[in-house]
This record gives sequence, structure tokens and C-alpha cells, in this order.
Amino acid sequence: MFPLQRYEKADSVQDAIRLLSDNPEAKVISGGTDVLIRLRDGKKAYNQLVDIHDLDELKICDITADGTIRIGAGISFSEVIASDIIEKHLPHLHKAAETVGGPQIRNIATIGGNICNGVTSADSASPLLASNARLIIQGPAGKREVALSEFYLGPGKVALDQNEILIAFTISKQDYSGYSGDYFKYAMREAMDIATIGCAAACLIDGNQLVDLRLAFGVAAPTPIRCKQAEEAACGEIINEALLTKIGDALAEDVNPRTSWRASREFRLHIIRELAERVIKNAIENAGGTLT
Amino acid sequence: MNQNITLTVNGREKTLNIDVRSSLLEVLRDQLGLTSIKQGCGVGECGACTVIIDDDIIDSCIYLAVWADGKSVRTLEGESKNAVLSTVQKGYVDEGAVQCGFCTPGLIMTTTSFVEKNRGKEISHEEIRKAHAGNTCRCTGYQTILTVAGKCLEPGKEPDE
Ligand SMILES: Cc1cc2nc3c(=O)[nH]c(=O)nc-3n(C[C@H](O)[C@H](O)[C@H](O)COP(=O)(O)OP(=O)(O)OC[C@H]3O[C@@H](n4cnc5c(N)ncnc54)[C@H](O)[C@@H]3O)c2cc1C
Ligand code: FES
Ligand code: FES
Repeated sequence: MFPLQRYEKADSVQDAIRLLSDNPEAKVISGGTDVLIRLRDGKKAYNQLVDIHDLDELKICDITADGTIRIGAGISFSEVIASDIIEKHLPHLHKAAETVGGPQIRNIATIGGNICNGVTSADSASPLLASNARLIIQGPAGKREVALSEFYLGPGKVALDQNEILIAFTISKQDYSGYSGDYFKYAMREAMDIATIGCAAACLIDGNQLVDLRLAFGVAAPTPIRCKQAEEAACGEIINEALLTKIGDALAEDVNPRTSWRASREFRLHIIRELAERVIKNAIENAGGTLT
Repeated sequence: MNQNITLTVNGREKTLNIDVRSSLLEVLRDQLGLTSIKQGCGVGECGACTVIIDDDIIDSCIYLAVWADGKSVRTLEGESKNAVLSTVQKGYVDEGAVQCGFCTPGLIMTTTSFVEKNRGKEISHEEIRKAHAGNTCRCTGYQTILTVAGKCLEPGKEPDE
């Protein structure tokens, strides 16, 4: 038995917002793969729940008339993997989803929960950051939109009020059209492990020119981050091995990994550079480019 | 904190009065006596509690029982029909993929769901491994288990119905 004090099932997003507003102690549960683990640990913070599991409103995954991709917060990682839209336009997110947990976890864990949980190791965070994802959030006063880059406030802290629900992620056409991508997760075990470092890249190339690079990391800093220095070093440059080295050098200013039982700061810095080169190379090759 | 839920368990519809704080594992074991399902870790790591819900495998230890309302649940108890083992069950026996047996009910559900979804497709050894990554076995070393999954996908191993 989970040590719950109070449990309410919401039958719509609106209903969930009302239930959360009525009880300031209540928290949201969606797939529960973070929340129920915390309850098993006896964490009091999650003993009053408003349940949004399986709400249809959070299950959209489509492209709107203006070309914007919408990914509902309640989409499971298995559904992310099965989506043709995501596989075609956001290959780095598709790959990241494949690295989450094992199949049982992927069938239940949601992409919205992964981001709202706020941890830097969340596998969907760096690919979504690389594609300039925005969040649609609903609260008592209606809907608002925020860039994912502004959503992370600190370790485990996100810009979400207690009575707000994340509805969906949106990625506008200019942020995916023509881009190729790749993701690599470095972990201590091959499967069922949290990332030691996760790296996502999205590239736009024109012949042998790297028109645009977006590079993002999980666990390279207290929150998932974009690598502005590395991106600047890359944009508009001719694609070759020397460019990869240049990007790797610039990267040192972007990241700030910590020492933990999983790995030391020095080891992580090494992995960060290695992964960046590998992921960018793959993304360029997926786009039809070659490194000379 | 009780509530009624109606679900199909191994093909039979049941209405149960459950405590909303229960995991599906607790309801299936304690209220329906389906003790094939094991609680190993209780936190989604080991897969000993794996059941199939509407064609997908889940860890029943971290699945609220209320979520199963209106759904169809399959556990190992429903896999043999008229005392005849399913293809996957028979595969585990023939291959000697069972030692202490603690992980076996969960693993058989994982293999069963995998085989049902992938029959007729080209499947690599790597995909078979990945599909079983959510189940821990402390005895067998996995090779025999992966062999069963591969053999069950071979042509001629049709579903048992
Ligand atoms: C065995 C195991 C392996 C795992 N492996 C990985 C892994 O490899 N990679 C990885 O990134 N994660 C992993 N996780 C962590 C977890 O599965 C993910 O973070 C998952 O995406 C969380 O989603 P959920 O729907 O289960 O979230 P929940 O547990 O339901 O919620 C997580 C948090 O988000 C909030 N929340 C959820 N949805 C919303 C919403 N729509 N609006 C507002 N707030 C919301 C909740 O209040 C809570 O704070 C693993 C977990 C387990 C148990
Ligand atoms: S008991 Fe459920 S995964 Fe271990
Ligand atoms: S047979 Fe003993 S744990 Fe698998």
C-alpha cells in the first residue's frame, strides 16, 4: 500500500486544476514512475495526489496547420518511439526515448513527467532543448507558454505553480524543418540506468557548410543546458575534423559537471567532449554530410 | 479510501472493491490470489511483477490498481489453456530457462508480449535483449531466456489460440 493521505482522480485538465487549487498540499501524478518511487521511500511531499493518468487531453501528438509539432505531456516514451512524426522530424528525441528505463517503464513513464520532475538526467530534456521546445501550461487563469530553456530553475526546480498542468510541448517548423539530429546516453550500464551524461545535437547543413548547430546536454550542469559557445563556434563553418575539435574546445566554457558516486567531474568533462564529437558527427552524417 | 473497479483478468470480467492506495500487484495477489506475480524490488527495477495490460507490459508494483479500471490484465495464470502450456511457457521449459523461478512469471509475460508484437518481423538479437532489459534474473545468465524469445519468433511457432 502506498502511504497516501488523499487521492483524487481528475476527469479533465480543468478538473485537475480545480482539485489542485482546492488543496495546496496536493501534487500531480501522471505515469507515477517518479512519484510512486518517492512514496515508496516514504517521502511525505507526495502523499496527497491529483491523478491525471491517461487523460485524453494530454495524449495529442500531431502537426498543426502552421507546421508546429505538438507532443502531449501524457504521451508515454513508448508512444514517443512509435510516433512517425517524431521519428522523422525529431530523430534525437526518438533516440533519447529509446534509452529510457526498460520496456515496462517506457510504457508508463510520460514525457511531461520527465520534464516536470526537473532533474538534469531526464533523457528527453536535451533533445527538446536542442529543438527549442516550448511548453504549454494551463492554470486557473488560463494557458501560458514558456520556453523549455526558461523552465528549469535549478536542480529539481521548474517554473510550474502547484496548481498548473503541463499540457504539451510545441516545436515550431523553423526549429525542426531540415534539421537532422542524434542523441547519445552514456551510462554505467547499457540498459535500465540513469544517464551519467546525455547529449543531443540538431544540425542544419548546406553542402559542406554547417549552417546551424544546436547542442544540449543533460548532467553536464545542475540543469539540462544548451551550449552557446560551442554553437557559436560551429555556425556557418565548413564541416571537417578540425571543426569538431574547435567545437570541443569551446564546449569547456559551456558545461559545469559535478562529482558524484557515478563519475568524477574530470571524467564527465572527458565524456562530454567525446559525446559531443560523436553526436555532432552522426547528426551531420544523417543529414547527408561528410567529415573531410 | 475504497472504490469499485471493473477489469478483465485473464479473460474474465471482475468488479472489485479496492483501496485506492493499492498497487495493482497487491490487488492481483491479495484479492485475486494470483501469486505468480512477485514483488522483488517494489520500485520498477526488476520486472518480477510484470503483467500485460491491454497488450503492453507494465511493472504492477508501481501501477496504481485504480488505473486498471476498464482495462484487460493478463498474468501468467492465464497463459496455459486446458492444462496445455503456451508456446512461450513451453519454450522456457524446453530451453531450461528456469532455475529458482522467482523471475520466471514476469519474464514469461515480457517474452509473450514481445513475441505477440513481433511475430513475422525481422528481429535482431539486440532487439530481443532490449525487450528483456526490464527483467532481472539472478540465476540463469539470460542466454537461455533470449534463446527462447528468438525461437518463439521462428516461423511455425504460431500463437496458441
Ligand atoms: C526503473 C526506473 C528507470 C528509469 N529510467 C529512466 C531513464 O532511463 N531516463 C529518464 O529520464 N528517467 C528515468 N526514470 C524516471 C522516470 O521514469 C521519468 O522521469 C518519467 O518520465 C517520469 O514520468 P511519469 O509520468 O512517470 O511522472 P510522475 O512520476 O507521474 O511525475 C513526475 C513529476 O512530474 C509532475 N508531473 C507529471 N506530469 C505533469 C503534468 N502534465 N503537469 C504538471 N506536473 C506533472 C509530478 O507532479 C511529479 O513531480 C526511471 C524511473 C524508474 C522507476
Ligand atoms: S517488483 Fe516490480 S519491478 Fe521489481
Ligand atoms: S531463475 Fe532465479 S532469478 Fe531467474
